[in-house]
Amino acid sequence: MELILDILLNPVVIALLKIVVIVLVFVAATGTVMTLMERKWMSAVQDRIGPNRANIPFLRDFRGRGALHMAADGLKSIFKEDTVPEGVDLVIFTIAPFFGFISAVVIWAVIPFAAPIGDFTFQITDVNIGILLVFAVTSLGIYGTVLAGWSSNNKFALLGAARGTSQMLSYEIFLGLSLVGVFMVNGSVQVSILVANQNTYWFGDVIPKWGLFTQPLAFVMFFTAMLAEAKRLPFDAPEGESEIIAGYFMEYSGMRYAAFMLAEYIAMVGIAALVTTLFLGGYHVPWLHAEGFQIFGWFMAVPVWLVSALQILAFVGKIIFFCWLIIMVRWTIPRFRFDQIMELGWKKLLPLSLANIVLTALVLLAVDNWNL
Amino acid sequence: MLIAFYIVAALAVASAFNILILRSPVYCALSLVGCFFLLGIIFILLNNEFVAVVQVLIYAGAIMVLFLFVIMLLNLRPDSSPRSLKFGIAKILGIGLTVGILAQLIGVFGSSAAKLGPMGEYSAQRVTEEGSLEIVAELMLTEYVLPFEIISILLMVSIMGAVVLAKKRPPPEEEESQP
Amino acid sequence: MVAEQYIPVLMLLGVALGFGALFTLLGILLGPKRDTAVKKMPFESGLPSTGSGFKRYSVRFYMVALAFLIFDVEIIFFYPWAVKFREFGLYGFVVMSIFFVILVLGLVYDWRKGALEWD
Repeated sequence: MELILDILLNPVVIALLKIVVIVLVFVAATGTVMTLMERKWMSAVQDRIGPNRANIPFLRDFRGRGALHMAADGLKSIFKEDTVPEGVDLVIFTIAPFFGFISAVVIWAVIPFAAPIGDFTFQITDVNIGILLVFAVTSLGIYGTVLAGWSSNNKFALLGAARGTSQMLSYEIFLGLSLVGVFMVNGSVQVSILVANQNTYWFGDVIPKWGLFTQPLAFVMFFTAMLAEAKRLPFDAPEGESEIIAGYFMEYSGMRYAAFMLAEYIAMVGIAALVTTLFLGGYHVPWLHAEGFQIFGWFMAVPVWLVSALQILAFVGKIIFFCWLIIMVRWTIPRFRFDQIMELGWKKLLPLSLANIVLTALVLLAVDNWNL
Repeated sequence: MLIAFYIVAALAVASAFNILILRSPVYCALSLVGCFFLLGIIFILLNNEFVAVVQVLIYAGAIMVLFLFVIMLLNLRPDSSPRSLKFGIAKILGIGLTVGILAQLIGVFGSSAAKLGPMGEYSAQRVTEEGSLEIVAELMLTEYVLPFEIISILLMVSIMGAVVLAKKRPPPEEEESQP
Repeated sequence: MVAEQYIPVLMLLGVALGFGALFTLLGILLGPKRDTAVKKMPFESGLPSTGSGFKRYSVRFYMVALAFLIFDVEIIFFYPWAVKFREFGLYGFVVMSIFFVILVLGLVYDWRKGALEWD
């Protein structure tokens, strides 16, 4: 018994358990659900019912409001033919989808799900360089695009890869620049500190210092840049189906194609989690402190387990809200032309993010020097 | 910790060696990406997380993407010429130079003087406590503030230089090149 | 130790590669395999492919990558400064202002030269 406890308390084993719970149970599942929700919400926007046909014949045609389509899609992809066209560089063609998973999955290493209880953190690892690690990993995601397009031996795929790489590279800059203001306010890039600082309040106990309120410009720019980085509409020129068919992954079929799709949806959940963590207080429930709710001197004690449960619920709720927002943006705004994407980035986001840094510096100087 | 270093270092050397052996430019570039990533891990083993991130972000995530871009732009195919085993003057010079540098490295790091230098001000302990990013920031803004400002001029020159070099002639219009 | 904090990151990397390998293997093992000559052609909306699949493309894509590289290096200098900004106060602000103005000069030059246009 003690031996089992010893093994369970090993930090590596704890990390492994967190990974299993967070990535395999939560992230992969949410990503899969989002593939269905995208179609459901899309059909709601377009005034249709959406997918609801998949059923189990033995169980009185059980349909589950279309939920079975998730399983049907997966099964269909598995038993599709795995076509590899002629002239393809097979090694690179095979490893290209892996990079999408790397940038989508490793982000979750630093995202906290709830406030730490004692020594136990609801976070896989709390490294000192927090968000910079996310940037480093995101920058590796570009290889998925460039290698898939290059190895496919297809003109459209190559053009898609060229577009995709240019776009992702450009928006990586604005991604980094937009967060400089956040780092200035918090004086750290460590995720646990960024979240903890957002859980303090202005005017006594009323307005939480969420990133959304301290850095509103950064929030808009970061969200935009993240959409472009993930190549979501309206920034999906690299895969624009009406122009270059499917762009860099057009020669992929069967499970290889499914890998690209699932990675995209996992990345979407990751973006939602990152925006939540940086700008919406992460797991923070307004006015809920470690001991209980507290506002205007009114106090209600809440047990520790309930606090954590509420925080996880709040975190998941915020993630789902942002996923919904990303999908709604996709089905509301038409695709930008590629030159428009570049102009938005280099001529609007870049000066704006630089201006945000100057503005933040001036405001912080004023606040720190005159105790505003 | 030392074992981890040896494993990662061996892998890094192996992927660097790959660059010499492989014939396709894209495979070579990918080996170099792997090499840079492993170097990043070595920096983490040295407790310097910030430099590790910079290593991955700049070298693996930016410079190598530029390399791949050039390979794609010029459509470089694998070198299909048969490997020549003849020793030309270039090969003999190259081997001589390599052996010389190796001998010098062994000479420097094999002697006890290099092993036990005086302990620096920034020990691994201190870097762990204060954070590598914070220490870099402090040094950058106090002791090395002049080099820091000079870097901005260097960067400005490279921004301008890139434009001057690339915008010399209007690019030839091809049908495929339309975005 | 710092390095121990990164073991989970490596494990996540393994999970990511595992996802990729699992998907690819499932497709290869369970999917049918009936290659025909037409199926193996590069897909170009049903038309037979002409010429090589590798075409040279516009140098503008390369220029974006070049600009990105320089700005990426630049941002690296912003991070340490941003983290310590509130500690250094006005001094840090002045130091960064010089750095910042020189860089903005370069950016303005690019803008005026039309390097940021995508025409």
